[in-house]
Amino acid sequence: MTNKIVKRGMALLFSSVYAGAAQSAYELNLQPPETPIAHQIYDLHTLILLVCVFIFCVVFGVMFYAIFKHRKSVGHKAAQFHENTTIEIIWTIIPFFILVGMAYPATKTVLAMKNTSNPDMTIKITGYQWKWKYDYLQDGIGFYSMLATTQDQIYGRAPKDEHYLLEVDKPLVVPTGKKIRLLITADDVIHSWWVPAFGVKQDAIVGFIRDTWFEVEKPGIYRGQCAELCGKDHGFMPIVVEAKEPKDYEIWLAEQKQAQAATKVDVNKTFTLDELKAQGEKVFNTTCAACHQVNGKGIPGTFPALDGSKIANGPKADHLNIVMNGKPGTAMVAFSTQLSDIELASVITYERNAWGNKTGDAIQPSEVKALRK
Amino acid sequence: MDAAHATHAHGEHAHHPSGIMRWVTTTNHKDIGTLYLTFAGVMFFIGGIMAMTIRAELFQPGLQFLRPDFFNQLTTLHGLIMVFGAIMPAFVGFANWQVPMMVGAPDMAFARMNNWSFWLLPFAALLLIVSFFVPGGAAAAGWTLYAPLSVQLGPGMDLTIFAVHILGASSIMGAINIITTILNMRAPGMTLMKMPLFVWTWLITAYLLIAVMPVLAGAVTMLLTDRHFGTHFFNAAGGGDPVLFQHVFWFFGHPEVYIMILPGFGIISQIIPTFARKPLFGYSSMVYATASIAILSFIVWAHHMFTVGMPAAGQLFFMYATMLIAVPTGVKVFNWVSTMWRGSMTFETPMLFAIGFIFLFTMGGFTGLVLAITPVDIQLQDTYYVVAHFHYVLVAGALFSIFGGIYYWLPKWTGKMYDETLGKWHFWLSMIFFNVAFFVQHFLGLAGMPRRIPDYAPQFADFNMISSIGAFGFGLSQLLFVYIVIKCIRSGEKVSAKPWEGAQGLEWTLPSPPPYHSFETPPLVK
Repeated sequence: MTNKIVKRGMALLFSSVYAGAAQSAYELNLQPPETPIAHQIYDLHTLILLVCVFIFCVVFGVMFYAIFKHRKSVGHKAAQFHENTTIEIIWTIIPFFILVGMAYPATKTVLAMKNTSNPDMTIKITGYQWKWKYDYLQDGIGFYSMLATTQDQIYGRAPKDEHYLLEVDKPLVVPTGKKIRLLITADDVIHSWWVPAFGVKQDAIVGFIRDTWFEVEKPGIYRGQCAELCGKDHGFMPIVVEAKEPKDYEIWLAEQKQAQAATKVDVNKTFTLDELKAQGEKVFNTTCAACHQVNGKGIPGTFPALDGSKIANGPKADHLNIVMNGKPGTAMVAFSTQLSDIELASVITYERNAWGNKTGDAIQPSEVKALRK
Repeated sequence: MDAAHATHAHGEHAHHPSGIMRWVTTTNHKDIGTLYLTFAGVMFFIGGIMAMTIRAELFQPGLQFLRPDFFNQLTTLHGLIMVFGAIMPAFVGFANWQVPMMVGAPDMAFARMNNWSFWLLPFAALLLIVSFFVPGGAAAAGWTLYAPLSVQLGPGMDLTIFAVHILGASSIMGAINIITTILNMRAPGMTLMKMPLFVWTWLITAYLLIAVMPVLAGAVTMLLTDRHFGTHFFNAAGGGDPVLFQHVFWFFGHPEVYIMILPGFGIISQIIPTFARKPLFGYSSMVYATASIAILSFIVWAHHMFTVGMPAAGQLFFMYATMLIAVPTGVKVFNWVSTMWRGSMTFETPMLFAIGFIFLFTMGGFTGLVLAITPVDIQLQDTYYVVAHFHYVLVAGALFSIFGGIYYWLPKWTGKMYDETLGKWHFWLSMIFFNVAFFVQHFLGLAGMPRRIPDYAPQFADFNMISSIGAFGFGLSQLLFVYIVIKCIRSGEKVSAKPWEGAQGLEWTLPSPPPYHSFETPPLVK
């Protein structure tokens, strides 16, 4: 009801300003809410906006009346009054009561947003530079989710597709009609997990876990973005959530469990150099290339080159150490927590044998495992 | 004494160096005021060029001109330079020129320290600009410098930290000087409650500066030791907390917001009565409202942090406290409108900027109220809605008040009148382009566009293009302002001691331009 009123009001207010440019892209209001909390936020915003517009019209109605009538050019003589205690008390007290009227519904929503008790399921979300990881704590599956838009689209060498910058390789999948608790943290710097249609925005803070929740009503695909500046690719770590009917969700979950079991590898197996390089290239391009670049040249001054670098061509132990344990005070974090033994072994092998680097070293997953404490 | 006076009157300041050394060694409040305002103007254009580069990149989706890390450096330095290089020094420039003349004092209390607090600024600015050319480039963590991102960055961050230290030292010295001048050097008979409102707002602002600049210095010092000396204030792995940085930063940052607007309130409170030809309505409630805003500013800082995951009690406390600020701010707006009510108004350029200020600052106040509501803020935090909000209060607020003040006192300072027609052009161009640039950003934020991103999804394209056009127009319009000021100084028409019919106050009893040393004998205020 209020939604309709404000939509019409906004349309009236602004259509005159931007007449002739009325396309669907000119969105004037919050995204359509899809959870109970998002509905409450939407209505709160509507209420407060209407109150503000009303006060605005009264105050500036008075001011513009004075500007047109009480001007020297129409011969208006200045009065000399300069205070009136009664009116000053009135315009201090009335706003106070208006504020109390706004605070009451806002307080109810704050308490509802904070109520993460009795969830149907719990998902742990970890922010990395610049991707998200989702761990389904009860079901034991987990995966990374990162931008699917290509560099060619970003740099204008290919046409941009419909969900440019708001598409990922693997979305978070959740069931509809279930209360889902999120445990949110980060691995390197502060990120913020935000899906506007859910009314959820929670900072992901390194070393601390914060919780929030949502319960989505309709199946569909919902899109959001990282909302806290987190370095170079802050604008390129979108969030996509796919809500499925519970029965479809169960099918998806079973598939995931199966796929995860199939990719388990024996860490004691010995791989050939070519096998390691082939897998390492994939890991490099998804995990390392954002900083060190696909061509291994890095970004001078900011991210060091690996092509021809001392570490990638020096002793294996130093190379393993920096990748697994990171370099404090820089964007190079400890990747031993993010990558598996085989991924670490293959990516380091790749780095030592790609571009101009030709060490011929093949690092086996068992070597990585031995270094883990 | 008499002999010295005569020398001043005739030979001006024959004992002073001339040329560049006059400006380097000056201890005169008028010279230093001019230096501050000129510095602020230069920084305003440097920060403005950064803003227009940012808007050029955001003109269309995709990356056309900038790498993402350079984009982040530009947004960071645009913020730091506009806050610490343009707005704050401009207001200190006004304080230098106006406070002694408005309280009937011959100069600032500590004339040599005044010179030192100005001459620190160019060095701090140089550090900020040089930081673009060190390996890794300038700081790219946003003007808020949040840890741990700011711990990751290269040496550009260290230069920024030193610059902030120097700027803070300069501000503290300036504030001590202003407080001492106001409390000790008022003309006989000028009680505190007879001071012009501009002086009152600066007195309160100066106390805010002394209270919070050391807090900022502490925050960036902790950052420096975390970066280089093995401390873990903001590193959870070492027992620290990244959110601690935000608490300390915003304990400085929120009062800082009022540091940048209270002197503007003061300027508007001088301009409106002059052109309404009517005394300011509710003088004492204006003073109390300013003081209330300043006190409340210390207990609202965490409203910048509603998404960090505070307990419900914390969110509610900071929401209620923030909403309370609407009451004294409302009182101020009502008082200005009542001053205009039944006046005999004329609309010279200073008055236009003052009315533009009230109109647009109030809109920024309303969006501030929307953002105070915790659940709504959680939806809008770190979006373009916030960018629109703070540009309404800082550009249409602080900057418009600075423009208004310059047009209002320029005839006094130079003894010459600016070109009224061009001044009106400057106002209307600024007013229109400002709204084209920033009004649409409210919609972008509501629709879900995060701030500080170099590229965006196609559904945000139309409003971004409009906003960029507005920003270019606004930036170019400011060249007109430079032309108007230069033209006024070079060839403006001579004015009398009181060029504005309705002006009140001691500064208008002095000739225009005022003598190099004014009020050597204190005037008597009845």
